[in-house]
Amino acid sequence: MTVFIIRRLLASVVLLFFISLISFFIITLTPGSPYPWGELNPKVSEDVKRIFREKFHLDKPLHEQYGFIMRDLFTGELRSIKDERPVLAKIAERLPSTLALNLGALALSLSFGLLLGVYGARHAGRPPDVITSVLAFVFIALPGFWVSYLLAIGLVNYGAVPILGTHTIGVTFSNGLEVFLDRWWHVMLPASILAIGGVAVQSRFIRASMIETLREDYIRTARAKGLDENAVFYRHALRNSVRPLITGIGMLLPALIGGAVIIENIFAYPGMGRLGYEAVLERDYPTLVALNFVTAALVLLGNLLADVLYAVVDPRVRLE
Amino acid sequence: MERSLRRFRANKIGLCALGMVGLLAVIAVAFFVLDVLGIPWPMDPDATNLERKLLPPDSVNWLGTDNLGRDVFSRLLNGAYISLTVGFVAVFVSLFIGVTVGAVAGYFGKWVDKLIMRFVDAIMCFPTFFLILTAVALVGPSIFNIIIVIGLVSWTGTARLVRAEFLTLRESAYVQAARALGQRGPKIIFRHMLPNAAAPILVTAVLGVPEAILAEAGLSFLGFGVQPPQATWGNIIADGKTYILDAWWLILFPGLAILIAALSFYLTGDALRQAVETRSERQ
Repeated sequence: MTVFIIRRLLASVVLLFFISLISFFIITLTPGSPYPWGELNPKVSEDVKRIFREKFHLDKPLHEQYGFIMRDLFTGELRSIKDERPVLAKIAERLPSTLALNLGALALSLSFGLLLGVYGARHAGRPPDVITSVLAFVFIALPGFWVSYLLAIGLVNYGAVPILGTHTIGVTFSNGLEVFLDRWWHVMLPASILAIGGVAVQSRFIRASMIETLREDYIRTARAKGLDENAVFYRHALRNSVRPLITGIGMLLPALIGGAVIIENIFAYPGMGRLGYEAVLERDYPTLVALNFVTAALVLLGNLLADVLYAVVDPRVRLE
Repeated sequence: MERSLRRFRANKIGLCALGMVGLLAVIAVAFFVLDVLGIPWPMDPDATNLERKLLPPDSVNWLGTDNLGRDVFSRLLNGAYISLTVGFVAVFVSLFIGVTVGAVAGYFGKWVDKLIMRFVDAIMCFPTFFLILTAVALVGPSIFNIIIVIGLVSWTGTARLVRAEFLTLRESAYVQAARALGQRGPKIIFRHMLPNAAAPILVTAVLGVPEAILAEAGLSFLGFGVQPPQATWGNIIADGKTYILDAWWLILFPGLAILIAALSFYLTGDALRQAVETRSERQ
């Protein structure tokens, strides 16, 4: 087990190196000016431009820039072009909100995906399965921002669900529990909308995995010895088809974090997605490099966790 | 092949979805041609009329008007070809890269495969939409840039699939025979192996189109898509969101258009997958 984890960690270091290369070159190799002012703005003197370039190492060749930016990133010295605050601090203050939103959406995707998938597999080939399958594709095809607006109209007019921010403004709660509940109440709506696609994707995988398991010999044995169909289905088949639940952790994360950019914008939710959107608007190169790197590293961590969990849950997997 | 065709024909949902895709394609081509010829129908999508702004659907403006009095129905029809063009061309770009990379990795194996797949794994860690947004924003939003960026970011799935297919195909007798006859790598890849991997590639291609359509809609919504005044489904919603409480038709109809288009492609792709799958899904 330890050997497996160490090997995976080493492999992750290699991946992390590729990730850093990609996040750096995506941003530096794309045409366009890194300056907060326009490239040809006559009001900015040569001196200001030179000082700016030196400060952010823009006068160096690319491979040296890469070295500088990675060194600064790991020592926490990398600063945003816009407000010159350390980028890592900016990301760190958004991290709790982002984790709450994405983990909430992940939990919703996995649980409802499981329900929908098992239901589909139980009725495979019959009308209920056809309906849930089409429904799953409707969920995948729904544009998240559109659903957000439709729901927002409905909830503003007919409901009391908060649609902005992370907590109720102007209210002091007496104890920690209420603060906590208030935060989750605010996360719920964006997390549910973010999870719509994930639920559908998960349900498809669970359904497929379930149907495949039902073809195994031991299922036939279970049926042959006269077990009732529910017992065969829920006790024997279900346990061996939960693989997508774990692989889903790693697979859904990139889509969730990416989708959060739009959702966080609509619901004024201060997560990393919104930070990214603001950085994009301001062409804040260091923040963009760091954000792409950190989110990809988080996804990598999720994948690693999924692999280990997978081996723990399923004894058939040998850790090599 | 014949059996796949028969299975596809038996799938009613798939047939309906394919019909929808065909209809959308016809609309897109027709309105592209009308746009090029300069014949506005039913109205000029860019013509403003401030006396008739923010009107709900009626007999003149079938789906209402926006804040500048432009006809939403005309704008929707006109936006169709943007969505479909982005969908198809982006998938073409991503297929081109994905198939090439996957074929090279799967055919040569060993360290080439290891290196390439590590790189693919690394790209797959990135939150796709955020990566697309970053790149499009830096290059500058235009329909060409959007297509290229979506294509450049979304080829990894295809590459993995083609690689997996090739790893099994390269051990097959006919590939061994071709190699023994002294044929060159590229010829073996393109003449012998690729046609045998065509079915799963076609499925991923069809399933890739709605992804690209949704990505473009999201970009347009954030203001980094195709720029106004050109109407796209995403930017009609983006413009309409300011008037959300007064003009629901500005949000509802373009969103439905995106939903229907994406859904048709997904259902077609799924029906194709079921048709070409060697094992039947039924118990």
